Amino acid sequence: MLTQMTYREAVRAALRQALRSDPRVFLMGEDVGRYGGAFAVSHGLLAEFGPERIRDTPLSESVFVGAGIGAALGGARPIVEIMTVNFSMLAMDQILNNAATLRHMSGGQFNVPLVVRVATGGGRQMAAQHSHSLEGWYAHIPGIQVLTPATVADAYGMLLAALREPDPVFIFEHATLYPLEGEVDETAEPVEIRRAAVRRSGSDVTLVTYGGTLGKTMQAADLLAQDGIEADVIDLRTLRPLDRSTILDSISKTHRAVLVDEAWRTGSFAAEISAQIMENAFDDLDAPVARVCSAEVPMPYAKHLETAALPKVEEIVSAAQELISRHG
Amino acid sequence: MAEFLMPQLGADMTAGKLLRWRKNIGDRILRGDIIADVETDKADIEIEVFTSGVIERFLVQPGEKVPVGTLLAIIQEDGKPAVAEPGHIPLVAPGLPQPVTPTLLPPVIAARPPLMERRPGRQRISPAARTLAANLGIDPGSLAGTGPEGRVTLEDVQRAEQANAAKPMPELVLDRQARMRQVIAAAMARSKREIPHYYLSTTIDMSRAMTWLTQENLKRSVEDRLVYGVLLLKAVALALHEVPELNSVWIDGKATQNSDVHVGVAVSLRGGGLVAPALHHTDRLSPGELMKNFRDLIQRARAGSLRSSELSDPTVTVTSLGEQGVETVFGIIYPPQVALVGFGRVVERPWSVAGQIVSRPVIVATLSADHRVSDGHRGGLFLAAVDRKLQEPESL
Repeated sequence: MLTQMTYREAVRAALRQALRSDPRVFLMGEDVGRYGGAFAVSHGLLAEFGPERIRDTPLSESVFVGAGIGAALGGARPIVEIMTVNFSMLAMDQILNNAATLRHMSGGQFNVPLVVRVATGGGRQMAAQHSHSLEGWYAHIPGIQVLTPATVADAYGMLLAALREPDPVFIFEHATLYPLEGEVDETAEPVEIRRAAVRRSGSDVTLVTYGGTLGKTMQAADLLAQDGIEADVIDLRTLRPLDRSTILDSISKTHRAVLVDEAWRTGSFAAEISAQIMENAFDDLDAPVARVCSAEVPMPYAKHLETAALPKVEEIVSAAQELISRHG
Repeated sequence: MAEFLMPQLGADMTAGKLLRWRKNIGDRILRGDIIADVETDKADIEIEVFTSGVIERFLVQPGEKVPVGTLLAIIQEDGKPAVAEPGHIPLVAPGLPQPVTPTLLPPVIAARPPLMERRPGRQRISPAARTLAANLGIDPGSLAGTGPEGRVTLEDVQRAEQANAAKPMPELVLDRQARMRQVIAAAMARSKREIPHYYLSTTIDMSRAMTWLTQENLKRSVEDRLVYGVLLLKAVALALHEVPELNSVWIDGKATQNSDVHVGVAVSLRGGGLVAPALHHTDRLSPGELMKNFRDLIQRARAGSLRSSELSDPTVTVTSLGEQGVETVFGIIYPPQVALVGFGRVVERPWSVAGQIVSRPVIVATLSADHRVSDGHRGGLFLAAVDRKLQEPESL
């Protein structure tokens, strides 16, 4: 049964569903309880589930992520919310040196079934300490899975699927998506998280993106279609493990790729995709892989500067046109 | 990355001396191009490459003698990049003088398509286009790039393929060997069907010719040296002056003598088939000039770049299978010609001279002639004339 809701409501519905169905599940993070969450995702959950399961934490990412790891080792199914990806740097030691490694270092004796939800991305005038897209850094780490739901349905389905994983899962929720409306089937099975989704089908160029830039990429595909260029739009959904075959299948059809990634260009996840395309589909390429990324500056506060720094629909359109255009 | 090794040119070759490189570092080469000259115990041989790509490095310098299998050069193969992105490969290979190159390769590329191949630096072509062109047997160097920065794109190759398909004989491109086989089959079947052949053979003492050749070659630089085949061609051409009816064509029931002598030289092609293009004015050129034209002709015949006149002008054909160790060849006349002269290889044989048995280099010359145009008597005079000319090599 499909229900119309926002991305924010979809995450909340998934949290509620998980809290109801599994007594081991609890949520903790800064302001998730009485305040209802910095993005109002957990609004109302404290009243419904009580302070044991909806826990406000001190402003110490290292502590509450570490506590989450400990709880997971102890048999719980913790969901930890980190307010923005910039703040998650404080917990990096716990994430990289404990969460991602314990199964490996214990010879498989201990696994860490931890889910961490992190708000990411710019576009809300939150300036240089709240607006970056660092999920590509996390995708660098073996031992954790990195999900980037870009649709309302995935916001719901991927959280429930994440709770079924035996190892740490990081879910990056682009903060501009929370008001996005869409349909969710709350009775459906948890979604497959290891496959990318083809959000639009076309044979002229492959547009690869994830998370917050899916909307811009879809708009660009609409504009390109008016120009007679049909784009395949791939929503990666999960950065690690990467569903490479969906990308390669598309490129074998279109022979061209534009990668859209809100992170900084240098060392971005788009760079990794580009490398994998080159390694695996060199002979399919009819043009160099193009990237549309953010300007390499700390995210500006001023609206016009922030807009200028972020990937734009027109940039995606012109990058695709340039790959296809004929000269001479 | 392909390795170019000293080839074994014959079962008894153990080492070869690199005489010179025909290409430079950074040159684009195509499979079949002559890349170097190598001196073996038997001959100086033009060495072809079997890889298309760009020469990256030479590891042996001219003058060095190295064992068979020695790494001579490294070739960057097409479609196997050493550099990360095709778009960022430098236009000019390192080690060459840097011409003033604009940052972006302008669409000028389209204005000069065929020579692009030989230009230093890599042609801009997408990997997909390169792969498709290879699969279709299309030379990417013949394509003008219409993509960004003048790049040859998939679409450019597809359009070239469509243009080829629109031509009346598409199989010429797609399966040239099969087509050549058909052409040969048709010509030879017609010849055997229509031409009443007669065959004559004589063994010719080559000692004077070979001695003269050795002396002559001592005076010549390596690349100007003569091969005995040139003397045979010249002898045939001059002998035709004495029996001119053999230098005729038979068309519509009658023979017409040609005033010029253009000997068609049968050249077998790598990968099968043969052509017999004309060595123009064979009777009028010196052995040195003939050698130069002969070498050029064979090279171009194998490169597939013959001129149309060379294919239409031959007035007689000479075929020599000596290199294959054949002693006697009885050929089939190539219509509308009326004669074909065959030579085997020069072999040392016991030879009777003034009652003495001596060892002499000899060669078997044969004549296949059209009995509608000439008789055995005249054919015999022709072979005798060839023999006589070869006994006076200095006058050739």
